[in-house]
Amino acid sequence: MSLSRRDFLKFGSATAAGVAVGSRGLDLAPVEAAATTLKIKEAKAFHGVCPYCAVGCAQLIYTKDNRIIDIEGDPDTPHTLGRLCPKGAATIQLSNNPLRPTKALYRAPGSDTWEEKPLEWMWDEIAKRVKAVRDATFVEVEKSKDGKDVVVNRTEGLANLGSACIDNEECYLLTKLMRTLGVVYLEHQARV
Amino acid sequence: MARTLAMFTDTSLCIGCRACQVACKQWNELGMEVPEWTGTYQNHTHFTDQTFRLVRFIEEPKPTGELAWLLMSDVCKHCAQAGCLEACPTGAIYRTQYGTVDINQDTCNGCRYCVSSCPFGVVAFNASSGTAKKCTFCNDRIHNGLGPACAKACPTESIQFGFRDELVARAQKRVETLKGMGFKEAQLYGADSNGFLGGLNAFFLLLARPGTYNLPDSPKLPQRNVVVDSLLSIGSAVLVGLGALLAFRERGQGGGDA
Amino acid sequence: MTTNLIDIQNSDVIMATSNMAENHPVGFQWVMKAKERGAKLIHVDPRFTRTSAAADMHVPLRSGTNIVFFGGMIKYAIDHNLHFKDYVVHYTNASFLIDPEFKTATDGGGLFAGYDAAKRAYDQKSWKYQLDAEGNPKRDLTLRDPNSVFQLMRRHYSRYTVEMVERVCGIPKEKFVAAAKLFCEASGPEKTGSITYALNLTQHTNGVENIRALCMLQLLLGNVGRPGGGVVALRGHANVQGATDLAVLYQDLPGYHPMPLRDAHPDLKTYLEKTTPKSGFVVNRPKWVVSMLKAWYGDRATKENDYGFDWIAKRASADAYSHQHIFVDMYNGKLKGFFAIGQNPAVGGPNAKLARAALEKLDWLVVQDIFLTETAEFWKAPASPPHREAAGTKNIKTEVFFLPAAPAAEKDGTLTNTMRLIQWHEKAVDPPGDVRSDAEHIYQLGKRLRTLYAGSKAKRDQGILALTWDYGDKHPDMLKVLVEMNGVAIEELRDKDGKVLYRKGEPLKTFADLRDDGTTTSGIWIYTGATVWDAEGKVVNRTASHKKGDEKDYLAHGWGWSWPANRRILYNRASANPAGKPWSEKKKFLWWDPEAPSNVPDKKGRWVGLDVPDFNAFLAPDAKGGDNPYIMRADGKGAFFGPLLDGPFPEHYEPVESPVKNLLSRQQMNPTAKIWKVGDKRNELAGVGSAEYPYVITTYRLTEHHLSGVMSRYLPMLAELFESHFAEISHELAKELGIANGDTITVMSPRGKIHAKAMVTNRFKPFTIDGKKIHQIGVPWHWGYNGVPGLPGSKGDITNDLSATVGDSNVFIQETKAFCCNVKKGVV
Repeated sequence: MSLSRRDFLKFGSATAAGVAVGSRGLDLAPVEAAATTLKIKEAKAFHGVCPYCAVGCAQLIYTKDNRIIDIEGDPDTPHTLGRLCPKGAATIQLSNNPLRPTKALYRAPGSDTWEEKPLEWMWDEIAKRVKAVRDATFVEVEKSKDGKDVVVNRTEGLANLGSACIDNEECYLLTKLMRTLGVVYLEHQARV
Repeated sequence: MARTLAMFTDTSLCIGCRACQVACKQWNELGMEVPEWTGTYQNHTHFTDQTFRLVRFIEEPKPTGELAWLLMSDVCKHCAQAGCLEACPTGAIYRTQYGTVDINQDTCNGCRYCVSSCPFGVVAFNASSGTAKKCTFCNDRIHNGLGPACAKACPTESIQFGFRDELVARAQKRVETLKGMGFKEAQLYGADSNGFLGGLNAFFLLLARPGTYNLPDSPKLPQRNVVVDSLLSIGSAVLVGLGALLAFRERGQGGGDA
Repeated sequence: MTTNLIDIQNSDVIMATSNMAENHPVGFQWVMKAKERGAKLIHVDPRFTRTSAAADMHVPLRSGTNIVFFGGMIKYAIDHNLHFKDYVVHYTNASFLIDPEFKTATDGGGLFAGYDAAKRAYDQKSWKYQLDAEGNPKRDLTLRDPNSVFQLMRRHYSRYTVEMVERVCGIPKEKFVAAAKLFCEASGPEKTGSITYALNLTQHTNGVENIRALCMLQLLLGNVGRPGGGVVALRGHANVQGATDLAVLYQDLPGYHPMPLRDAHPDLKTYLEKTTPKSGFVVNRPKWVVSMLKAWYGDRATKENDYGFDWIAKRASADAYSHQHIFVDMYNGKLKGFFAIGQNPAVGGPNAKLARAALEKLDWLVVQDIFLTETAEFWKAPASPPHREAAGTKNIKTEVFFLPAAPAAEKDGTLTNTMRLIQWHEKAVDPPGDVRSDAEHIYQLGKRLRTLYAGSKAKRDQGILALTWDYGDKHPDMLKVLVEMNGVAIEELRDKDGKVLYRKGEPLKTFADLRDDGTTTSGIWIYTGATVWDAEGKVVNRTASHKKGDEKDYLAHGWGWSWPANRRILYNRASANPAGKPWSEKKKFLWWDPEAPSNVPDKKGRWVGLDVPDFNAFLAPDAKGGDNPYIMRADGKGAFFGPLLDGPFPEHYEPVESPVKNLLSRQQMNPTAKIWKVGDKRNELAGVGSAEYPYVITTYRLTEHHLSGVMSRYLPMLAELFESHFAEISHELAKELGIANGDTITVMSPRGKIHAKAMVTNRFKPFTIDGKKIHQIGVPWHWGYNGVPGLPGSKGDITNDLSATVGDSNVFIQETKAFCCNVKKGVV
């Protein structure tokens, strides 16, 4: 999707004509001609949804060369009409931000520093630890109040918190995996 | 000249969210500034080369004794008689075909006469580029049929963008409506083309007298007395101009009321 | 939310009990539009906020007294005959008769019948309807029977007089009456009002009852299921609704099925028997649960093995595993490994100091987030008094894994907003470096665990091996996951006449087609219909629809997809009268058209209007159940009488920490609230009227920040908008304590203390509570010890170090909106 009329206000048709005149070099001053270069004009636009509160403002994310150059509200959105709040208007800095770690980090017991680690190593090591705790703390069968053996398949050594800030599909995968591992301490910030 | 464009900021609809302030920074790629303690939610204290939209928060008791929290998104007024434009010796400050006032960064020589000539404390000097900076009315956007970033983001349509004549008519109706609702001091600021500075292309609806919002009741062009004269004289004129600059800049920092 | 943000514009009056202008500014535009159309806005909030600034009336009340406010409103409406009688008689359980043994809290000194002091719990045996010979609830449509719900409610709230509201809430009588009149008069066929709420009502030890009180007022005024009405729940995170639907929660499974309990649910049969009512729409639960199990365990889920029901963990107790339980149990050394995904409990949860201390007890911690949160770096935390941690980094043995995660703009997927609207977002750019989506991190963990357990013959490991977990090689295909959530026909499905309903593998169009015989899958039944096939068998993702609304469809059914069944206003059958006609032309929304074609040949009649009916579209108003709009309830009626663990009617109790005694009864606090005992003095509580902690404190958010600050304090554009962490105090309190605006102050509670700048403001005022001046202060909770290096004020003390580990009886939510503190000038 590229920048199209969808993002133009009503007066757009009037000035679109003005721009056309300018681009033919009829009577625009050089500075005004320069002003007609719009950074998002050649950009690709993607459908986004604001990641902050739960109003769910649809956004248009403009990119160039795999980099986000602008994020604005999508004016077609029926429940927001393309508006954003300051957080929504700052969404670009969640991506373009030098404070973002771009490597997986590991802190050894007792260490006072992070170490960069390959992702594969991280995933392997985390999986091993999950298995070790699960195997050590797993309860397969427990007596119920009325004295019957009940299969409970539960571990009380593991917990997961989060998240209301990830996608539905991610939540689904997480619930499915955690519940099947036997995790009962499963929560997100519904109450925060 | 195309039909004049304007921004109408209706403070009666402002919820002080500061979406405009951030959307402006985002689009115009303005940098971070270390804020000062203002004692209120407002930050920053005044317009700078990195802050072109600024939301003001004013606690003011109503005549009934109840509290009003006056919220106002302030911006460059794009005056019809613009002090900055008139003071600019290089012609870098120009009026666009839409009636807005912009600074050509390529021809600005950084003299800062404009800084001292703005009755609203809007124009600021950027040390790294050596040029003057202020709200461009999102010049790149309006030339491409897009509204300014601030107006587009505004959740409550407190900032409205469009043709000036249409906005003025809407604004006048709105004042009447508000008066009917009991907002006795509701008034337009800068809507009148025959009023001060020939009217503002970014004009406002206020719920109290302008002074409450740190706006001058009847702003004037200071350079008519100081800067322009100094330009015409020779020699010591530069020093005079600098003195004026410092004086006005200080006052500008006091909240924009020259 | 029962309604839709867009529909707020149709309200005649809006009562915001949340700070909507600040926390949901873009949604607030619909309130402003309603105001333009003449609606009035009442803001009920202890603080004067940006919402109050836009309101016609600000009604400040002491934090923690909302039930007195709502109870007072309920009493006012009934006393002044302002309730919507036809709605109340036909669509609620007001006419139902209750067991004569039941006693309200008015007759029980603040307790309902059946309280067991030793167990701190109720025996609810008298909290039930009287039944006739056929087992149906007995009713008195005149509402005069003293055992009718209506009369019991009236009796219960007889103590909630305007004088009592003034004494407890601190709202001057005249102000309360003005607000009550304004809101309650927006009732009846021609008018509707809506009420917004958020954590201001929920974060209390009677949080659930607060919401019930709000809902009861709305039912009483006939404001649910109608345009311009509704319960406007305003949620705080982009996917808090979705994460709740998908049950990343201790107490349930996706689609609101209870998480199995050992004692109550030993096997699938018992589970379904106990959780499936005899009437109402939830009779279909077995189809939903079996379809979910089929989605999870595929071919390995068979009738013989209860579709793999036993592979899901069973809880040992209902009083366990919630957020607060996690940190108490972690502190006590019970938990070994912990994942914090997109959540920052070192700052965001109650008693955050306890949370940070608990992290030190773990063997390992995995943090998956965009930035290095305080939770990821808890081992770098500055010492926090009075528990100045002696351990030091060297002695913290917890291993920490940080997995860099991608924000929404860098991945595909859906988010469910506060009005149940599911919207697809596209991946705009690749995440940088080794950053991956949360999905990929989770997927890879699952893949590796399946490899580690491969070949295991142990019964306990079979669920992991049975798990359907094939969504692609590296990055999981999110559309494939969404289709699985939606559900498909495992084989060709035919109706009883042999007509093909679905081809093999076809996504199901509606949850009505789900089956309990193992022939359908659906990871979450309420999302069924979100994806369908086109004629060629290609998936159509309805959550990615982008059709604008128009005059014919102001609720824009072509934008995204809303659960359930793309309905935009829930319980919308209630927008018509019992005969199926609109209550009024002005509030016309859904109605019975007797001439419209039915789904049965040769018959006519169906529900039509501006929304998808939240009702059987072909069930005539005069048919059995044709006037039961509340289809999710067994009796089909909105509940005034609705048993929760702390009572069938909301009753006011003081917060666990309060400066005053409860004036409503001798029960000071919620008698069933959860109070955790934590060792090492990590959860000390202030006594009633404590001289040491005399002020009420409330905590909250600001427009410019987000939650624990991870998505705002690290962003220069947002972090620069506040100079530093601050506490808001009144001029009166500032004068008493000699504090000037901008002074550094110390705020302390029995759990901890923080330093912040004082913002002295007219927007806080002391309350007069039963003749005594009570100060309240407010502190936002966005700050922590990390932030933007160039902005010193982006870092600050953790407000949640002050709050306590106490919880609501029903869902264990913390009480961070009302507790006690002291304030001192300077750094103490």
